[in-house]
Amino acid sequence: MSVNILLFKITLLFYSVATVLYLVDVVRRKEKAGKTGKAARWILIGGFALHCATLLARYLEAGYTPVANLHESLSFFAWTLVGIFLLFDIRYRMTVLGAFSCPLAVILMLVGSTASNTVKELNPALDSWWFPVHVTLAFLGNAVFTVAFVAGVMYLLQERMLKSKKFSALYYRLPSLDVLDSINYKCLSFGFPLMTMGIISGAVWANSAWGGYWRWDPKETWALITWFLYAALLHGRLTVGWRGRRAAIFAILGFLCLLFTFLGVNLLLSDLHSFKAMEGP
Amino acid sequence: MMNIIVVGLSHKTAPVEIRERVAFSPTDMGRPLHEMRALPAVVEAIIVSTCNRVELYAGSHDAEACVGQLKAFLAAYHGITPELLEEHLYDYQGEEAIRHVFRVASSLDSMVIGEPQILGQIKTAYGYATEHKTVGSVLNRFLHKAFSVAKRVRTETDIASNAVSVSFAAVELARKIFGSLDGKKVMLIGAGEMCELAARHFLNNGAASVMVTNRTLERAVKLAEEFQGQAVPFEEFPQHLHQVDIVLTSTGAPNFILGQEKMEEVIRQRKNKPMFLIDIAVPRDIDPKVNKIDNIYLYDVDDLQGVVQANLKERQKEAKKAEVIIDQEIGQFSRWLENRDVVPTIVALRKKFEDIRQGELSKTFSNLKDLGPKERQAIEALTAAIVNKMLHPPTSVLKRNQETASGSDYVDAVRTLFDLEIAPEEDDSEIS
Repeated sequence: MSVNILLFKITLLFYSVATVLYLVDVVRRKEKAGKTGKAARWILIGGFALHCATLLARYLEAGYTPVANLHESLSFFAWTLVGIFLLFDIRYRMTVLGAFSCPLAVILMLVGSTASNTVKELNPALDSWWFPVHVTLAFLGNAVFTVAFVAGVMYLLQERMLKSKKFSALYYRLPSLDVLDSINYKCLSFGFPLMTMGIISGAVWANSAWGGYWRWDPKETWALITWFLYAALLHGRLTVGWRGRRAAIFAILGFLCLLFTFLGVNLLLSDLHSFKAMEGP
Repeated sequence: MMNIIVVGLSHKTAPVEIRERVAFSPTDMGRPLHEMRALPAVVEAIIVSTCNRVELYAGSHDAEACVGQLKAFLAAYHGITPELLEEHLYDYQGEEAIRHVFRVASSLDSMVIGEPQILGQIKTAYGYATEHKTVGSVLNRFLHKAFSVAKRVRTETDIASNAVSVSFAAVELARKIFGSLDGKKVMLIGAGEMCELAARHFLNNGAASVMVTNRTLERAVKLAEEFQGQAVPFEEFPQHLHQVDIVLTSTGAPNFILGQEKMEEVIRQRKNKPMFLIDIAVPRDIDPKVNKIDNIYLYDVDDLQGVVQANLKERQKEAKKAEVIIDQEIGQFSRWLENRDVVPTIVALRKKFEDIRQGELSKTFSNLKDLGPKERQAIEALTAAIVNKMLHPPTSVLKRNQETASGSDYVDAVRTLFDLEIAPEEDDSEIS
């Protein structure tokens, strides 16, 4: 087993332990984080550091930014997701956000660990500095929108309880609607520029690799659909005063589109962005 | 050995007519404390008297006699026939007494579980007792332990974290909607005690201003002055609705004064900024359909009562966790109590000296190998006699003072001087 795979497995272990601790803390306490919540945060930070090492080891072994097959992409996605969550955690200190986000990272890693993890040659046409720039921007945008999705789900749950006046145990543990809505807005104002730059950098790279900015391949089309969805939400928020439930629903729809753009297109529709096309001859 | 005794009654065992007759006046705690302390079986005394409970805590060497004397004292002091009182009184001793006081201090025995006043009331009662010097080292330590247990329950469980009154429940709901209440504007439509109380809670929790409206303008002006807010004529209040985040209504109107259409218009004017409407009026002031509008949350009196019920249920769940904490602490405290008894202290003291004697003997014997059995026997007897003679005075002082108030001081002194135990952890030494 090569170093990066070993590190990957240890990282997955750390993330799983952090997830369990986050869930335990949320079940046991309300709102304010207890000792378990703090332990969860530190273990997650440790896992993130290990994940950085994993990616570095993989980079050194493969010789390219490790986002060229399903295993690598899922790992990279989980890495950006945990990183973005930790950034949000500095501001919001919410155990319950961790309890909702970390399981997603663990799922990504688990699926990633079942995918083939052999290092293959990168298609020489794609070997350019635009590669790391494009994928990093795209995945950071994905991660920020994932947090928006998580906040959206929490918003809908909390709003449902406040409207119906039937309170489950979750009511006491979820933050206020205002906080969840402000997370939605923050994610949008960071995620949208990241996604936009991801698409632009992709176009520039496509021009240098394939000699054309835009080819309407399924990935590009779906990315554009997703982009329009988020653009509509941002516009609605800024001008008409969309917020709350509608913004949460949009964040959830946007995330589903995003997921399809990321996974569905690569796995179901073969095209220039498929992992097959990334391999060398 | 020293035992802890509790005799008393509470809202669970006695109606208010009885409770008010046995309550002690806070202005004159010296006399009852000294009288209680003077009872033959009582060594240390504390009296807790609140509107929901009257309890006597005593340290005693004769539990059975003490219980009887305390009951008689309570009846006699207040001039009530003991038979009348008897059916309302409970009494606990030993671990049960410890558990009871820990539960009371942690607010598990309160009418509203988790209410914070009781701990302060017990601290006050303890203060009177120390002031009048009716507590000794046992009740001293016991009460400090009870305070630390209560503190632990409060920090480790969520027993007191959700509102159990309608007006506070409204504030908590507002927090779940708005996050912080800082800068939020409140409108008060109509007057009513509960409404005004809720408005005051909102102001105390950060709300910026209150707008008051009433069918009689003078009334509105008067209330507005009280809240340092703004009075609005009743006919004009709908025009101001879009400026406020929280609306409290309790008018005597027979029909709805706010309907779905009006509120849809208001929320549009507010660009969907959320609103929290609290309708305390019966019959209701706001059409319940308003709750269907996005970003508006409408609660009537029954809804708020429902929240309070849910919170009470949460508290009961938390109380179970608190019982576990108390179980742990009882074990710790009763071990301390047993250890500080005279007999185990004498045993420990003797063992300590005997260990030293044996240690020194074996050292000497191994150095002087040519000693015959006779000499050995003589040295054994000599050292045993020295130890016995030296231990005789402290032992008899301990025994003689066993039943007196200062007895526990001697036990403490002997245990400290001869290093008979590791000092129990001092986490509970501070009173906050």
